[in-house]
Amino acid sequence: MSFEEEIGLTPPMAERMERRGDVLCMTASKERFADLVATLHQAGGRLISLHAADERARAGAFSLHAILDLSGRLVEVKCMVPDGTLLQSLVPRVHSANWYEREIQDMFGLSFQGHPDPRPLVLYDDWPQGVFPLRKDFEPSVKVPRAPREYRFRRMEGEGVYEIPVGPVHAGVIEPGHFRFSVAGEPIMALEVRLGYVHRGVEKLSESTPYHKGVFLAERISGDNSVAHSTAYCQAVERLSETSVPERAEYIRTVLLEMERLYTHIGDIAGIALDTAFAVPAADGYVLRESVLDLNERLTGSRLLRSINAIGGVNKDIDREEAAKVLSRLVDLRQRFERLAATMLASNSMLDRVEGTGVLSWERAQQLGCVGPIARASGINMDVRRDHPYAAYRDMSFQVPVRVSGDVDARTRVRMDEVRESFAIIEQALDGMPGGPVRSDVKAIPPGRTAVSLVEAPRGELMHWMISGEDAPFRHKVRDPSFCNWLGMEVAVRGNIVPDFPLINKSFSLSYAGNDL
Amino acid sequence: MDEATERMGEQLRERIVQLFGRSLAIREVDAGSCNGCEVEVNALTNAVHDIERFGMHIVASPRHADMLLVTGAVTRNMEMPLIRTYRAVPPPKMVVAMGSCAASGGMFAPSYAVIGPVDSILPVDAYIPGCPPRPQAIIQGIMVALDRWEERSR
Repeated sequence: MSFEEEIGLTPPMAERMERRGDVLCMTASKERFADLVATLHQAGGRLISLHAADERARAGAFSLHAILDLSGRLVEVKCMVPDGTLLQSLVPRVHSANWYEREIQDMFGLSFQGHPDPRPLVLYDDWPQGVFPLRKDFEPSVKVPRAPREYRFRRMEGEGVYEIPVGPVHAGVIEPGHFRFSVAGEPIMALEVRLGYVHRGVEKLSESTPYHKGVFLAERISGDNSVAHSTAYCQAVERLSETSVPERAEYIRTVLLEMERLYTHIGDIAGIALDTAFAVPAADGYVLRESVLDLNERLTGSRLLRSINAIGGVNKDIDREEAAKVLSRLVDLRQRFERLAATMLASNSMLDRVEGTGVLSWERAQQLGCVGPIARASGINMDVRRDHPYAAYRDMSFQVPVRVSGDVDARTRVRMDEVRESFAIIEQALDGMPGGPVRSDVKAIPPGRTAVSLVEAPRGELMHWMISGEDAPFRHKVRDPSFCNWLGMEVAVRGNIVPDFPLINKSFSLSYAGNDL
Repeated sequence: MDEATERMGEQLRERIVQLFGRSLAIREVDAGSCNGCEVEVNALTNAVHDIERFGMHIVASPRHADMLLVTGAVTRNMEMPLIRTYRAVPPPKMVVAMGSCAASGGMFAPSYAVIGPVDSILPVDAYIPGCPPRPQAIIQGIMVALDRWEERSR
């Protein structure tokens, strides 16, 4: 089948097309790049990522890459960009390109003409002009001197409008970020989120971290999504090296990925009870989460499931006896979860707080490129586990819950349904686990290869993309689901009252560390 | 929770009463953590560990705190907020560096975006190793910090 037939259109702007595994790769000139991506987007292509790489040393230019999902096919569009080129911004035609272009501007110094908001995204306040950390001539360990520069928040003016600044250090035990509310009376007119406080330079560090150590780095990108990130990293390296993972390891990964979803989702659900001042189910929910963390530890030695993933498989087998123990514990956990869900949903005072609160419409979720439970609660039917199966998900039978009201209620119920699916997936994976080894040898990785890897993390679609280098990635792009969902929250809080903000924020369950990298 | 931790918690409660005559107020600051440490700090307050019964209270403002519990290798963007939070704590004050990153910079130490471990910015009373430290280790680390603090204030 030709490319045109497969994707159902003829992209006239592409210079060259080729196939890399299940990815369709197109190359365009820098002049036609934006047109091509916008055309694919118009044809239904959802932007998964837009990022750059510094290939000046070997190809004389930067490369710019757009990854899209076009009705279930992965499409990668690439163009070469010589230093100093002014690129055409995609944002007027592809809204979800917004933060990506700002990030590329901060990290590589490439500029986009026509971007509606070209302020810095990650490196602001006192980061000197003209210093770009992801360029190859930037020394990774150099401590850059501080140089004052002004960051202007968006300002809303009018009679009775005032601002509420919150953070970066918050009242709860959560990650740092700054929220700037413009308020008139009780309702929030606008919210601006400024992040980057926990920017640790993960992508740059990865370029000097050998692959086998990179797994540990990946586990620490967003701590409560350790397995999702390490699986995405391992899959990318396994594709670069053409290593096939033993089936048994794929099943074990599936169990761990779902254990992670269980504890994060249960924590998020308990958080909704807590923020609606419904103390009993909140306490129950956190005890249930503790039971899952405890089970994680029994199974892997780590409450956050760390150090178990490895390139080529997993470090530890789950034997028959352990599997039986887990299965019997799951019966109890399931019953407790159903009691928790029933208590919450039977309370009118809780439902009164969540129904119609923090609505994210389908249109806005689609425009902003939201992913995961946030997208599914706004009527977008997507799930990497079903749409681009990895690990053992091809063999699992499960539903993808979708709701349409886009409010706190929908996000809570989507998570509740997903918890039920996770229980069922873990049971299927443990019951149907094939025999054999759990890890295979990794072949040598030739430099210059490219691979993309997708995982449905608890927060949604997660992407790791890599160009191989000598012993470490030449370029490693991480796109955490939260990067796609933060702007969704800015939209969802508008018109809601300030006391509902914590509740809406909780229902979005966003990672700061994953976003800031 | 296991018996050893229960006993440790009881000892800690007695120490806190003896030193303060009231609860110990703790303010947590994420100065660059991956959020793994936050999972465990939050676990301290669930009904299984329930550290409030040992006389420890996690407070919303540094102005109400006796102790800062800092996680993460301190990032460039969190250096000033951390210093300002420290200044807001009324003396006498304690600082605990929780987790490998806070203690040594961990994997992130070599980065351009990281200033260094917590003790490169603030005086630290106790270090809690682990990635992340389990709730029991955090309770023990707080105990060590109280000992140091008592020695220091003699």
